[in-house]
Amino acid sequence: MTTDSAHAPTTHRTAASGTRPADLRRTGTPRRRRPRRDSVAGYVFLSPWLLGFVGLTLGPMLASLYLAFTDYNLFTAPEWTGLDNLTRMANDDRFWGSVKITLIYVLVGTPIKLAAALAVAMLLNYKARGTAFFRSAFYAPSLIGASVSIAIVWRAMFSTDGPVDGTLSLFGITMGGWIGNPSLIMPMMILLAVWQFGAPMVIFLAGLKGVPAELYEAASVDGAKAWRKFISVTIPMLSPVIFFNLLLEMINAFQIFASAYIIGSGTGGPGGATNFYTVYLYTRAFTNNQMGYASAMAWVLLLAVGVLAFILFRTSKNWVHYAGDSK
Amino acid sequence: MTTIESNPAVPVPVDPENRRQSGPRRRPMRRHIPTALWIVGILALTAVVLYPLLWMVSASLKPNSEFGSNQGFFPENPTFDNFVKVMQGIAGIPTWKFFLNSLILGVGAVIGTVISSSMAAYAFSRINFRGSKILFAAMIGTLLLPFHVLIIPQYIIFRNLGLIDTFWPLLAGKFLATEAFFVFLMVQFIRNLPRELDEAARIDGCGHGRIFLSITLPLIKPALITSSIFAFIWSWNDFLGPLLYLNSPDKYPLPLALRIFNDQTSTSDYGATIAISVLALLPVMLFFIIFQRFLVDGVATQGLKG
Repeated sequence: MTTDSAHAPTTHRTAASGTRPADLRRTGTPRRRRPRRDSVAGYVFLSPWLLGFVGLTLGPMLASLYLAFTDYNLFTAPEWTGLDNLTRMANDDRFWGSVKITLIYVLVGTPIKLAAALAVAMLLNYKARGTAFFRSAFYAPSLIGASVSIAIVWRAMFSTDGPVDGTLSLFGITMGGWIGNPSLIMPMMILLAVWQFGAPMVIFLAGLKGVPAELYEAASVDGAKAWRKFISVTIPMLSPVIFFNLLLEMINAFQIFASAYIIGSGTGGPGGATNFYTVYLYTRAFTNNQMGYASAMAWVLLLAVGVLAFILFRTSKNWVHYAGDSK
Repeated sequence: MTTIESNPAVPVPVDPENRRQSGPRRRPMRRHIPTALWIVGILALTAVVLYPLLWMVSASLKPNSEFGSNQGFFPENPTFDNFVKVMQGIAGIPTWKFFLNSLILGVGAVIGTVISSSMAAYAFSRINFRGSKILFAAMIGTLLLPFHVLIIPQYIIFRNLGLIDTFWPLLAGKFLATEAFFVFLMVQFIRNLPRELDEAARIDGCGHGRIFLSITLPLIKPALITSSIFAFIWSWNDFLGPLLYLNSPDKYPLPLALRIFNDQTSTSDYGATIAISVLALLPVMLFFIIFQRFLVDGVATQGLKG
């Protein structure tokens, strides 16, 4: 995505077709190219966003950074405690429990979800006809999957008398209900995430349509079998889309809240199995009124997401190929 | 951003002679998969994916006596009792009130999002002003920002403003374009519009306000529709926001009402809990069926989250 073209000055085009060189702005001419009224108009149009950005995003970010080093219960003034919150966090078993299940959910659930999305996208891409219907049908869960309604339904479906156990018992498998069993909560939550494979699938499908058929032909001519083509043509050509989906889905997965909160009835139970990071953060902040501790948790989350994004961007140079790039 | 343009200039490592023999432009892999098998596979997958939705509709029609005893998919004695019961409400509040609250929040979210995001998008894509690049980068940065970093200070702000237990904390962000996805979607759309129309209007003496209202807004209608539907559905499904800010049950939107049903009645009145879940999803599914193309295309081209 290039921002340059969109931000070229409005006089740019006329200048290009006229006598002045088109690139005056970049060569640093002293001539003033931005009429004053444009700057005024720009900020007038931007004022709602700017107010929101400063008042509801940037300001709160800095405020929570400050609160992370304080003890604050909402009723008395915040008290500076230095790194106290961090050392308490390091010794907090429930905190580490929430970190563990959230990381499993993100690092195991997201790749499974994306693999499902890619597999179905390739299946749909085989045939040109009728894909619009299936594309929409598969997308529907993404739209509603994080809602309270679906969390309630999921809970019911995986309960002792629910249809999932009912179906499994036909094959002689007895689970005895997933909801009360701490070790079965994670597979259930991951299944809920995988069920919402539609959104990344739609993006994969758009990417697959852009892979030139010639590349597959060429691979066939060279004697490549289906698997080889998948590894050597599909994956490299799709790598920018894979990267985008991975980044977005992982960041979203860190923020799972409503499903975990409803399925665990807001308690994080059973045995802390639904005590996902955001659920614990919410409990600390709004049930225990420990705003300082929760703010520290929020910043640890932000740093974790930042580190993950950094790693993805860093390693992307090795595996993300953009069409037209020389190797 | 997410789509790869098919690039005819991509070097194909094959010599011209072989190339000519390769025949019609078909992906050779396709030949090996019989169409019938493909259809069976895709239909089976559709059944699995849609099963939870079909199951919840079926379960909502089962009388309570059948839960536990009738493991089958279909209710033996289908009844609308669950729906009748659930419409009476909970905690002394009639259920239509929860729908009304959700509707007010949803419509407010749509109005706020459309106005504020389109203004910001116009500024980013059509006005050249000092600092536009860095602000645009900041806007893109907020796409990746976990919302939970902001909830505590935001809560403190709205508490100090005396706005707890009102709809304002839930709507303020919408009127201030804090959801960068919508701004980004509209920016992408405006960038694809021909600038000549703006130029012509400018020559005719129009300022930015006039160009925005008379030229840009009518032309980005598809992006406005997509944004409106997503804004409505996200607001309709939002659980964390209302959980933070609303205390009085008569101000609850559906997700919070569902939570009461779930906590208070799920063991005793299973059918009613499922029935209200069906009712809460119904408007979203209707929107989806009517506007699916806008939604799915929005996702395909912009990488909007679901």
